[in-house]
This record gives sequence, structure tokens and C-alpha cells, in this order.
Amino acid sequence: MINLKINGLEVSVEQGTTLLEAARFLGFPIPTLCHMEGLSPYGACRLCVVEIGEGPRAKLVSSCTYPAQEGLVVRTANERVLQARKMVLELLLASCPQSKVIQDLASAHNVRQQRFRQEHEDCILCGLCTRMCEEQMMAKAIGFRGRGETRSIGTPFDIKSEECRLCGGCIYVCPACQLRCTYTEPDKAVCGGCANLSPPCVEKENFDDMMCYMNPCVACEIDKH
Amino acid sequence: MERLTSIEDFKAMQDRLVSERDYSKPSIVIPAGTCGQASGANDLIRVTKRELLDRGLTDKIRLRITGCHGFCEAEPSVLIQPTGTFYPNVKIEQMVRIVEAVRDNQVLDDLLFVDPATGKAVEKQSDIPFFKTQVRTILARSENIDPIRIFNFIRNGGYSALAEVLGKGEPSQVVEEIKRSGLRGRGGAGFPTGAKWELLANQQNGHGKFLVCNADEGDPGAYMDRSVLEGNPHSIIEGMLIGGYATGANEGVIYVRNEYPLAIKHLLIALRQSRGFGLLGDDILGTGFSFDIKLVRGAGAFVCGEETALMRSIEGKMGEPRQRPPFPIEKGVDGKPTAINNVETWANIPLIIADGAEKFAKIGTNGNTGTKIFSLVGKIKNTGLVEVPMGITIEKVVTDIGGGASGKAKIKAVQTGGPSGGCIPAERFDLPIDYDSLAEAGSIMGSGGMIVMDETTCMVDVAKYFMSFLKDESCGKCFTCRKGIQRMHEIVEDISEGQGTLEQIDLLEELALSVKDTTMCGLGQTASNPVLSTLQYFRQEYVEHIENQRCPAGVCKALITYSINENCTGCTLCAKTCSEGAISGDKKQRHVIDSESCTRCGACVTVCKFDAVEVA
Repeated sequence: MINLKINGLEVSVEQGTTLLEAARFLGFPIPTLCHMEGLSPYGACRLCVVEIGEGPRAKLVSSCTYPAQEGLVVRTANERVLQARKMVLELLLASCPQSKVIQDLASAHNVRQQRFRQEHEDCILCGLCTRMCEEQMMAKAIGFRGRGETRSIGTPFDIKSEECRLCGGCIYVCPACQLRCTYTEPDKAVCGGCANLSPPCVEKENFDDMMCYMNPCVACEIDKH
Repeated sequence: MERLTSIEDFKAMQDRLVSERDYSKPSIVIPAGTCGQASGANDLIRVTKRELLDRGLTDKIRLRITGCHGFCEAEPSVLIQPTGTFYPNVKIEQMVRIVEAVRDNQVLDDLLFVDPATGKAVEKQSDIPFFKTQVRTILARSENIDPIRIFNFIRNGGYSALAEVLGKGEPSQVVEEIKRSGLRGRGGAGFPTGAKWELLANQQNGHGKFLVCNADEGDPGAYMDRSVLEGNPHSIIEGMLIGGYATGANEGVIYVRNEYPLAIKHLLIALRQSRGFGLLGDDILGTGFSFDIKLVRGAGAFVCGEETALMRSIEGKMGEPRQRPPFPIEKGVDGKPTAINNVETWANIPLIIADGAEKFAKIGTNGNTGTKIFSLVGKIKNTGLVEVPMGITIEKVVTDIGGGASGKAKIKAVQTGGPSGGCIPAERFDLPIDYDSLAEAGSIMGSGGMIVMDETTCMVDVAKYFMSFLKDESCGKCFTCRKGIQRMHEIVEDISEGQGTLEQIDLLEELALSVKDTTMCGLGQTASNPVLSTLQYFRQEYVEHIENQRCPAGVCKALITYSINENCTGCTLCAKTCSEGAISGDKKQRHVIDSESCTRCGACVTVCKFDAVEVA
């Protein structure tokens, strides 16, 4: 067993457990887009960043890919982490404004504006679909192509794949495809109108009429100190 | 080729090679690396061969074709040994005279290098200011070695460091020696090499271990590794063999980018030769130690210089970094423990073993020992590869070795570390060049690119260039790296086109810090450095672009206009040159530029002999 400290709480987990699993086991919410149980961790969306280490060596890592290590000190929701998550969400909103999942996450994190030039790329290249296709459907029909700006997901050479069985698994897992926000507000606004109901306790003061399952809430307690 | 079956065999061969050599016989040395060949070294070689044959001088004068010596500004150059006479920028017709002069033991005064500072001719290479301040422990070796001849290398002490460690039979001592030398990884991050080797040596050796030579040198304007690979490939092989022996690894890979055809050619020849002599492969020199090296060619992605992406590329997968830990030292290529070192690091290993760790540690400063090769390019007089002791100040490199500004404009900054590095302003040129000082100043040592910029370089444009480079070269896995760099490029582009706002500068800074924080690999974590360092030291230039719609350096096309002043003599040269027909005027009359049709290409500035074209 490996012993580590998450938000001041000591926890023992099995070898090979990721920080995300450990934190969620303790009930600390960490938002994710590219993570799904049953698929291998990938670390593409960077929403799940947490801070590890101490002093000047403290750094942010993606909790979904970082393995728990003996003696590690983890903070899942301090100022630096929340600031980083907000920027990630702002970037996501700028590229993929119509995904309800992203809209909800943004409002839950109190992202109130989006300062970049609006795009409508939709795909955030989280890679859930390619992993679904490869690891669960054993098809490997789609994959990543290119790098940098021209990276995209599709079949090789954009030819209809013989491996694809039209199972729809890729569509099912896509965080950007499912549930479209219907937009009542102007293009760049983050309305937060459909704020989700999972308790975003790290932002308590902004959602103080919301129900919190933990009493006292550990995340809130830590936030106070 | 006879296989050497014992260390004694090797030593006997080395002694024979050294004793056979007549050191009084003059040699004509022509550097013909990629750079030399591009500037005409092949023609010089052809002429020299012909002359030597025609005049029957083949047994009186030796011709040696080597890799690059570093002084790019002077290519194609010729070096005469043992006198050390140096002829820069040699033309084909001059080569005949040089051959004659060597035959008659003369020096051609009119072809010698002229020191621009004093105006006097300098005969010896070692007296030229460019070479004088350098400490060329690695580069100087290339002068004596024809990279495709293993005898050349062995005669110059090659593989004797390997024979020494094999003879002692104590791998842990080798690791200790490297640790004592204080050598730090020359790829940029500066991880202590000895410590890395110790970690690898201590790994449980269940499935074999791996060594990798990272020769995927992708920084724009950097070519140190190429020069070492082309000029002295055996030194890398020897370094890796010593590394393999010290750490218990039996397999090695040299990952070299396919854009370096000459380096690949020389490496393949070197690998074949050393394998033939029993210096590589099974049972090396009859000691029972086996180590083989495979060459893997990179397919052209900058990110594959990052160690985890490089390993995936070696495995034949997409070049994409992955989470560390597990570090390569625990789980590397094909799951085997792997140590990855840069070309220059490997090239240092035989030197440390041969000369001793203490001698190596004496060069440089405490904590930053040895020499480092930089490729000094940009707006300076002497561009080229320079090898300097660590801890030397930037000032010394730029002024003493580089010879100062190439034009009239003053030098304003130095960019180190390629796209992952930052710009250091002239006020901080007293900064010693070592891993820690550069990092503290907001840049990095990197693999050794050093681009000098003067007042005609726009820092917003510099940031834009690097963002545009990284936007294409980010692997795209991490959302914040891919999209963050695109957005940074977008903002910087807006500013350079005069459409920026002051709020955008703050957003740029906020975004840059977030990208630094939230990405997985070294590329993403350092991708903001060009933006952050120019913002730190040259914020005023950004503000100038926004508030006054002016590019102080006269670079950003949207913000500048060309005009012709009263110096114009009406020579009509600019009007003839302008591809847009934007310049009009009668002969011997002052010309006028129509700023509507002018595309700001700058061709008129280049051709004007009277400094009459102004940029504002």
C-alpha cells in the first residue's frame, strides 16, 4: 500500500492507483473530460490538474495519469489549481462553445467570460472516442492524425474504415457531441443557466444555496485555512 | 578488416598507427560538414586532389577532409597543419596557390584572415579572436579526424578510453568518475549524468537495459549535434559503449533526425567499421562485454526530442509524450530501463575517462563543469559553433567571440534555448552562461542555440515566430499546449498587426503562465518562455505596438511605411527592383513610394546604395 496526503487527509491506496482515483475515493471532486472508467488514462484535457510537491518545487500534474507515490502531498483545489482550471475552461469554451458539458463545467467553476476569439471547432481532441474504439470495441477504426494545429481524429486517409462496425461507441462517449447547449445568450456569454447539480463545493460562496453532502465539507475546511 | 580480440590487440594497433604517422608532413585540412559543403568545400577538395595528383605531391602533402570546425562565417576554409595556418573563404582559383604554398612551406599573406578590429592579418587559427577565447575540447578533435576513417580516430586516442574502462573491469568506478566530473546533461535540462547512470545501473536487470543518444536536434538555428555527429561519430559510439559498460546496458539507439543525411551516412560508416573491428557487438575486445547500437531515423517532429515522445517514436508509435513517472530510467523503450543522453553529453564521456574527472571539473564553474557548444547566429560578425567553458558571460561570447554587432544597429538581446528558451536583454549580458543563471533569467540553456538580436529585431515578431513554430510542432495531445499556443500566437499576431489591446497583454501573460503550469511535457512547459521573457524585458515594445501603432524595430509590416529621403540620387535601382511597381520617379530625381501598393518586402532597402529608403 502507498500512503499519501490529499488535501491534508492521509490515505492509503494500492500500487498503481492514480491521484484522480484516490481523490475521488476520498470524495474530492475533480472535473474531467477525457477520463472514463474502463478506458486507459490519457491526460489530454488538463482539467484534472492538481498540485503536488511543496515550496518552489510544487507543480501541477494531471491527476488522471499521475500515479500515487509514497509520501506525496496533493492539493486538489487550491488557488493555483482553480486558476489553471478556469483558464482551461475558458479555452475550451472558446473552441467548443456549444457543448453542454463544457458550459456546465464552466459555470460551475465561475467562469464568467470568454476572452478569446470565438471558434466553433467542437472536437476538443480528448481522445475518448479513439480509446473507446481501440480498447473496448477492439476495432482501432479511428485514431489521431497529424500534430499541432492540424491534429485531427478520423480514419486513415479519411477512407471509410472496414474495421468500423458503426457501433456508435465513439459518439456515446464524446463530451462535445452529447447534449447541445441551445444558446439563449449572445455568442461569447457564459450564461450558467443550466448549472449542474453536482455540488461544486470548491466555489461554495458563489453557490451557497446548493446542497453539500459533506458536513463539515473537507474541501471547504481546507479552503478556509 | 581484422577483428580485434583483446585489449592488447587494440593497444598494439593503436601504437602502430601512432608510430607510422609522420608528423612533420604537412596536411591540408578542409572542413566539409553540411555547412562546408554548402559553401563550396567539395569544389576545394576536388581541386586539391587534382593538384596533388598532377604535381605528384600525394606522398608529400596529406589531404584530410573533416567535419565542421565551427567558423561558419569563414566557410569554406582551409587549415594547414602542423603550422596552424588558416585561410578563410577560399575560392577555387586560390586553392591552387594554397597547394603550392604548402609545398614550398610558405604562407600566403593576402589570403589570411583579417581581424576586423585591428585590420591586421592573422596567420594562425589559434590567434584568431573567434577561436582564441574558446575552449575547444570537443570541436578541436574534429580537426584531426576524418570521420569516415576509423584509423584516424584511433590514432588520435580514440577508443582508448573504452579500452581503459574495459581493462579495469570495474563498472561502478566509471559511474563514480562521471559523477565526480560533475557532467550535466547537455540536452538542456542539465540533469547530472552520473546520477542518471547510477540510477540505471541500480535497476534490476531482468529484461536488459537501453541507452539512447538523442540526436533529434530540432531548434531553429542550432546545429551543434549535427556538427559533432558529422565530424566525430566514433566519439559518440565510444561514449555509449562506456555508458553501456558502466550501467550494464546491452542495447543502444542513436535517434537522429532524417534531415541530417551526412550525419546518418557518417554514423552508418562508423558503426560498420567499429563492428568490423570488434569494438561493437558481441564480446567487445574479448572481454565478454556486448553492446550493439542501432540507428533510428526521426521522421521530422520537433516534439520527438522530448524523451518520452522519442521513446515512443523508437517503438514505432506516434511521437507523443506520456506521463512521467514512470521515468524512462524505470520504464523506457519497450518497457526496459532506459537512459537518454544528448549527443554532446556522449561526446564528453570519452574525454572525461581519458583525461580524468578532475581535469574536466576544472573547466567551468562549480556545479556547471566542462564546456558547452553553442551555435552562435544572428546579427553578429562571426557566426558559427563556439565551444566555451560554462560560466563564461554572455558579453564575452557575443563581443569577444562573436565580434559584436554585424550592422550599425546596437545589439539588444540574445535568445537562448530555441523555442523553449527566452530572450535575455543586453543589460543582463554580464550573466554567466550556466543552467541555473539562465533559468533564473527566464530562459534556459537548452541544447545550445544562441541567436543574437539587434535593434532591427522586433521582439513581438520574435515571440510570434516562435509561437508559430510551436503551434505546428506541439504534438497536440495536451489541450492547453495545442490550443494555448494557438491562442498566444493569435494574440501576438493581433498585436503585431496593430489590432491588439492592452487587456490582451494581460490575457497573454495569464494564458502563458497557465500553459506553463498545465501541460505534460517539457515542450509545453517551456513553450511560453518566448512570450514570457519578451514580456518581462521588452513589455514597452508590446505597448508601443498597441498604443502608438508603431513597431520600433521597423519589422511588423502592418505598422511600418517605407519612404525615400533626400539622400536619393534618382539612380532608379529601387524602382527597377520593386516587384509591385510601387516606386516611381524620374531619373536623377528623388523617387516616391506609393504606400498603397507597397507590400513592405524591403527589397528597396537592400538595393539602395545611398541609405535613402527609410522605414518608420
